[in-house]
Order: sequence, then structure tokens, then C-alpha cells
Amino acid sequence: MSDPALSPAPVQEAKPAPTPSKIFRVFFGIGITSFGGGLVAYLQDEIVGKQKWMTEDDFLAALEIGQTLPGLNSANVAIIAGRKLAGPRGSLAALLGLVLPGAVILCILGVLYERFHKNPDVAAALAGIAAAAVGLLLQVTLKIGKKQFLRPLDLFFVIVTFVLSGILHVSLVAVLFIVAPLAIMLYRPRNNKAPTP
Amino acid sequence: MKELVQLLNVFSLLSILAVGGGSAVLPQMEHETVGVHQWVTADSFASIYSLGQMAPGPNMTMVGLIGYKASGIAGMIVVLLAFYLPSSFLVYVVSHIWDAFKENPWRDSIQKGMAPITIGLMLAGVYAVGKTASFEVSRPGWFNAVTVAIGLAIVALLFIRRFNPAVLILLSGVIGWFVLRLN
Repeated sequence: MSDPALSPAPVQEAKPAPTPSKIFRVFFGIGITSFGGGLVAYLQDEIVGKQKWMTEDDFLAALEIGQTLPGLNSANVAIIAGRKLAGPRGSLAALLGLVLPGAVILCILGVLYERFHKNPDVAAALAGIAAAAVGLLLQVTLKIGKKQFLRPLDLFFVIVTFVLSGILHVSLVAVLFIVAPLAIMLYRPRNNKAPTP
Repeated sequence: MKELVQLLNVFSLLSILAVGGGSAVLPQMEHETVGVHQWVTADSFASIYSLGQMAPGPNMTMVGLIGYKASGIAGMIVVLLAFYLPSSFLVYVVSHIWDAFKENPWRDSIQKGMAPITIGLMLAGVYAVGKTASFEVSRPGWFNAVTVAIGLAIVALLFIRRFNPAVLILLSGVIGWFVLRLN
């Protein structure tokens, strides 16, 4: 996702905490310019790089929490950053700023879609765009899953999950609370082996 | 009103179940919104998903459009709140007490065990969108060949270089405009 070795966190004093409205403005700026995915990188540039609201390490710790817990990684990081800067109001400001611009633009796209999707020109362009969206998602999956596809045990769980959820439409609750515990048990901490450093 | 409650139920559950990011709930979302509740057709689900790729901000904000199709502006607002708030509250609270778990050896186990599940769910998401957007049996073979080729070309291009996905999407739209016509 990001390479902490690239930019070592500069040692510096924390700036005075920003107000919720300042937080909203900054996240709104990210929310309206971040075309094409990779939102976490945009967040990192702004929060760590430009505003210096968090150190690189703090950001990566927030990202780790955001990735482990449910919800969108970018939204989760915004919540955590907002909380550290200004408590609950900071979180709310960050989340709203991040999501609102895209939601408004999607509203407009949605109305246009409703009106024009039967138009043959638009339908043809949309077919190309939808085909591209599948490619984007597949690429992200392959990139994140590189390790899992190469390890037989992991690959087994990838395939089981795919078949249960994608083909058989087994509910996500069942998958997460039956298959996931099995996978976690297989990776359970082992005290009898050499302790990991 | 009943519709709004159903939207609220479906999307707040999806919010809490979105482990490893929003793409993990795509297969279940497709099943619920297209198959079970029929708020959108399979075709418009794929289109709405791709509209999400064209807007700035989190791609999954596209869920609002499913709410919009199901019950107008109220539906959109309900879905956006249902999809963002539950996981956000959870993160807000848990990130407070996270440090208590930092050294727990089970955290590593959970991460290692969850990783293949997340990947499996994302693959199922590719399938859920791809079965209409990339390969649909009712369409002529050449059409499917082009849509599959666009998808694979994007995978290859992104592995070669970090192109801006928004540009690739626009280019694919242009290719579609020229090529993907059925009559």
C-alpha cells in the first residue's frame, strides 16, 4: 500500500489541533480530487505529507486498524484520523468530507444514467466502462492476493469462499462465522514452536 | 416505508460484514439487491458499480445509487447512512482500545486466516459484476470477446505500470462507444 521506507517521519512538534471545519475542508478536498481509486494513498499524502497531522507511523497504525475492522479502509482511516484530531466531531467531519463530494457527483451520474442509458451511444460507452471496472477489481484482487494464490492452504480457502459466496450464494454471515474461524484456527498461535521475533 | 426498512437492514448488515474493504461484500450485495429484493437489474448493478469507479471518493459510495433506484432520494440517504455508519461507529470505538490487543498473538492468526477469505470474497465480487459486464451468454460472441479483452488488458496494463485507473476507464468508454454496439 505504501512504503514507509520512502519518507521517514520527520521529527517535529505536533501542530495545534485543527477545528472540525478545517478537517472537513481538507477531507472534502481529498473526496473531490481522488479519481480512480487508491484513496488511501491520497489520504496519506494529505494527512502525513501536506497537513502533517499524523506521523507516518501513526498513519500506518491507523491503516492497519482500518484494514482489520469491517468497513471501507479509506473511511476507517478517516474516522481514526478525525478522532485523533478533534474527537467525535473530527471523525464526523472527516467522513462527511470524504464521502459527500463523490455522493453528489454519483447522484448526478445516476440521474444522467437513468435518462440516457437506453441511448445506443451511451449504452455502448457504458458497456466498455463496465468491462473496465471488472478488470480493475480483478487486478486489485490479484495484487492483494499474490501470496494467497501461491500457498496451497490459502488457495483452498480462497476457492471455498469463492464457491460458497459467489456461486452458491451462501450468506456472508455463514461464510465469515464458519469458514473464517476454521482458517484462523489453522493459523492459531503455536507456543511449542520457535517464538516469532 | 417497508422498502426503506429493508434497505436499512440489508446495507447495515453489509457494512458490518465488509471485512477487508467494500469489495468483499459485492457478491452478497449483488445477490440481495438483484436476486432477493430486485431493487436493480443485474445489468444496472454492473453499470452502477462502474459509475462508482468514475466518481471521486470511495468507490463504494455507489451503493447510494442502488438506494436511489429502489426508493428515490430517501432510499439513497438511508443506504448511505446504513452502509457507512455501523462500521464507522465500530472503528471509532475499537480504535480507542486497539492498543490493548497489540501484543496479542491471536491478532496475527486472525489476519493470516482472514486474508484468503477476503480474497475469495473479492473474487466472488469480480464474478458477480463480471457475469453481466464481461461475459453474458445472451450477447453475441464478439461482444463478449471485446468486453473480456478490455478487462484482461486492464489487468495486464496495471501490472506493467501504475496507470491512473480513471484514465483507463475513460479510454474503455471510448472503445465501447466505437465498438460495443448491438444494432
